[in-house]
Parts: sequence; C-alpha cells; structure tokens
Amino acid sequence: MDGREVPVPTPETKHFWDGTARGELLLQRCDSCRAVYFPPRPFCPACASRTVSVFKASGRGQLHSYTISHRDVPGYKAPYAIAVVELEEGPRLMSNIVDCPQTPEALRLDMPLEATFRQISETIWLPQFRPAGARP
Amino acid sequence: MSKHRAAIVGAAETTLMGTVPTMSQLQLHCDAALNAIADAGLTPADIDGIACAEEMPWLVAKHLGITPVWVDGTDVGGCSYIMHLSHAAAAIAAGLCTTVLITHGESGRSQVGVGPLDMKWTDMHRQFELPYGVWGPPSLFTIPVLRFMQTYGLTEEQLAMVHVVQRQWAALNPRATLRDPIDVDGVLSSRMVCYPFRKLMCCLVTDGGGALVVTSADRAKDAPGRPVYLLGSAEALEMPMISQMEDFTSSKAFRVSASRAFERAGIGHRDVDHLMIYDAFAHLPIYGLEDLGFVRPGEAGAFIAEGHTAPGGELPTNTNGGGLCYMHSGRYGMYALQEGVRQLRGTAAAQVPDAQISVVHGVGGMFGAGATAVLTNQ
Repeated sequence: MDGREVPVPTPETKHFWDGTARGELLLQRCDSCRAVYFPPRPFCPACASRTVSVFKASGRGQLHSYTISHRDVPGYKAPYAIAVVELEEGPRLMSNIVDCPQTPEALRLDMPLEATFRQISETIWLPQFRPAGARP
Repeated sequence: MSKHRAAIVGAAETTLMGTVPTMSQLQLHCDAALNAIADAGLTPADIDGIACAEEMPWLVAKHLGITPVWVDGTDVGGCSYIMHLSHAAAAIAAGLCTTVLITHGESGRSQVGVGPLDMKWTDMHRQFELPYGVWGPPSLFTIPVLRFMQTYGLTEEQLAMVHVVQRQWAALNPRATLRDPIDVDGVLSSRMVCYPFRKLMCCLVTDGGGALVVTSADRAKDAPGRPVYLLGSAEALEMPMISQMEDFTSSKAFRVSASRAFERAGIGHRDVDHLMIYDAFAHLPIYGLEDLGFVRPGEAGAFIAEGHTAPGGELPTNTNGGGLCYMHSGRYGMYALQEGVRQLRGTAAAQVPDAQISVVHGVGGMFGAGATAVLTNQ
C-alpha cells in the first residue's frame, strides 16, 4: 500500500497469516516431544517429528530486546523500535511495540506486552505488540 | 614432509580501496586475484581451485582464464573466506587440487556492477523480520545488545571505547580510512543510527577486495615469500534470523567455531600473539573476546576500555583499524585474514613484534555464522 515490505505466505506459513487476519497469533507444538516453535514449518525442529499441531497463543509476551531506528523507511517514521518479543509460550519473534513512546525510557526490557494486529495489505495483518493493558 | 597441511603463499588486497567507482565488483575480485597470484610468484595457469563469495565462482574463474577442478561458492556473509580457507586446506590435503585462489571483492560504497542477489534475504527473514521496518544490518545486528547491556552492565561509553581503541591502531596504518585521534565523547556525539548505536559504532561502507593463494605446505617451500600456515580452523552456523538467536548475550556460532579451531590447532589462549575479530559493529569484539574464551562473560567491555587490546596491550586486536576504521566493503572477513597474514609475515603497518600465532575470527550475517582460523609462521 505504501511501498513497505509485505510478507508473501508460503504453503508452510499460510496458516499463520490466515490466523493474524482473524486476530489470532498461531504457534505450533510437536505432538511427540511437546516443543513449541516458531517460525512455522510442518515438522518439529527439536525432534524432527512430522506430527505437529497448530494452536492459538495467548498473545502475551515480554520485551526481550530492541533497537530504535533513526531512519525512515516505507511504512515507518523514525524513531521507531524494531523489537524481539519473547512469547509466554517460549518462542521469540520480531515485531514492533506500538501505543508506546519509542524511547529507551518507555521501552523497558522484560515489560509485559500483548499482541495487536495491523492491516498492511488487502490480505496481510502484521502481529505487533503494545504494553499490556495499554489503550490503543 | 611439513607438519602442516596447507599454507597461504599469496595474499593481497585490491590496489585501490575506499571509494573506487572505477572498478566493478567483478573487477575488484580480479584485481585482488592478480595481485595475490603475483605475490605468490605464480600465474593463473598454476591455479586449479577457486573459492569466492559475492560473485559466482564460474564468472571469476572464467574472467581470470582459470579452469578450476575444485570449486567452493560458500557465501554465508563476511566470514565466508575463512571457511574457504578451511575447505581449501582440506581439499588440498585430500588431493582434490593443489593450488586454490580465494577471492573477495565488493563495491559496497559505489555499487558498481553489484547483482541483486544477497545471501541475507532468506524467505523466513522476508516474511517474519523484514516487514517490521528493517532496513539492513544496522537495524538488525544491533538488536541483541540492549539485552547484553542489561545482563552485564556494559555501557555506551564502553561500546564507544571499541572505536576509540581501533582508531589508535588505524592511526598507525596509512591505508586506514579513519586515522585522526578520537575520544569517547567524539564517538558518542556522532549521530544516532539505531539506538544505542551511533554512526561511529557502525562499520565503514567502502569498496575493495582481497585474495589469497593457498597450497600444500610442501609446495609452499618454493614460494618467494614467507609462508603462513593454517594450524587449525573451524566453522559453525546458527541462524539467518537475528530474532531466532538462541542467547542474545553470546553467539553460539562463535563459541562452537572457536572452541573447535583452538582444539584442532592444539593451542591455548596464552599462545595467541595477535587477534582479529570481525567488527561490523562495536559490540562484535566484545561478544568475540568472550565467546572465543579470552575473557569471561561480561568482562570484555572493561577489558577493551582498559587498553588490553590497544597498541602496547597484551592482546593486540584488530590491528589494521578494523571494519570500524580501516575499511568495510560488506563482507569484511577477507581483510581480517589479510591482516593476520601481514602480521605473520612481519609486513603489517602496525607490526606486533615477533608475532607467531594469529587468530582470525569472522562473523557471517547477523551472528548467523562464525568461522575461525589459527595461523602461524612457525
């Protein structure tokens, strides 16, 4: 829409992006060894089992680390944080922290976060995070 | 028979470095290759193995008039050439070829003849990282450091000191890009790029290339220059996504690669006279010193700030000025190898007296890969 990078789902990741369009953050769990993992793939990275299940994550997590970019890119006006969020279920994923000043003072490591979903194209909703309990 | 398997008998950088709009990326490969082959006292006809990154091996080989019978196009970023060196030594020992040319060339600043392909943009990165406002290494490589700072108390001043110390080395090197003295305030007053990294905590972006000629240690006896032997080496991969790095305070690829290289070389940390740690950003030497085992976790920031890696220090490190002050074309590992070779030949601009063992450690991608070479002139 604005020249920004838009994910192109593959057969192995389509369920994830279908989930975010419904406002759900989906993870996968191995039915054999119970490992929870991300990014999506139809087999377990811990034990190689092909018997895995998709489940809805809580959407809760903590701010693991981040940088604050001071360069504008399509879809982003500097300064903005590029963050890694550790989900309650264990896996980490890259994201942005929204509804929060993009400053070191406001962005405290380990602060509790909750998922929110932003539409960036006709079909893609990007999972982002905001401080837990923050008003959008 | 030599006790070593392989030796570097030719080593050279491009004739010009810095801003070189007069050469394409391919020509940077070839210019460095011709310099290195001449340094070895050979001609392209003597080369029967080729390895390179950025460009495809068949293009570099054909351009130079070489018909290689052994090929390595490994490209996992800046440490690829350290892997090439390791692979070449194994190939020579296995009898697959006799003399390998390893080339690097990158038009990082001028972008002349640069192809659209880049090893960093894997599909998982494109789907799950790139959409979040990512715009290149400064917006990715920097992400783990706030976790490191919170865990160990590393300060912005200590990050700045990495540049300050390497500027001291660069001041001794006429080929270095940034040579004027600078202090911590000077680094901390450069503009913010990706918090907490300021411009001078990020590497240079320049044009250049380098090449090595590797042969068996027995053949190396005929070389015109002093051979530099590969005592041991190793490599490891972790991931092509910084968000999936296992431990934000330590690189698994660094730990695995370095521990195996030291073991294979049969050396301990006290045996190391000279060290190169790929410094794309100011935190790399800090992670490197710790993950290679020179200091304990959390100690490297103070170790550097206290001058232990500076001129006159006990562990001379990044003696060409590094990616922060010497040059950085994009995949810097070749320049780290070149400086290791110069130190062991006794031809470095900032020569470490009587250096006998140099350890060259590189990174690929954003902590995605690690490769370590232990070099010696003995």
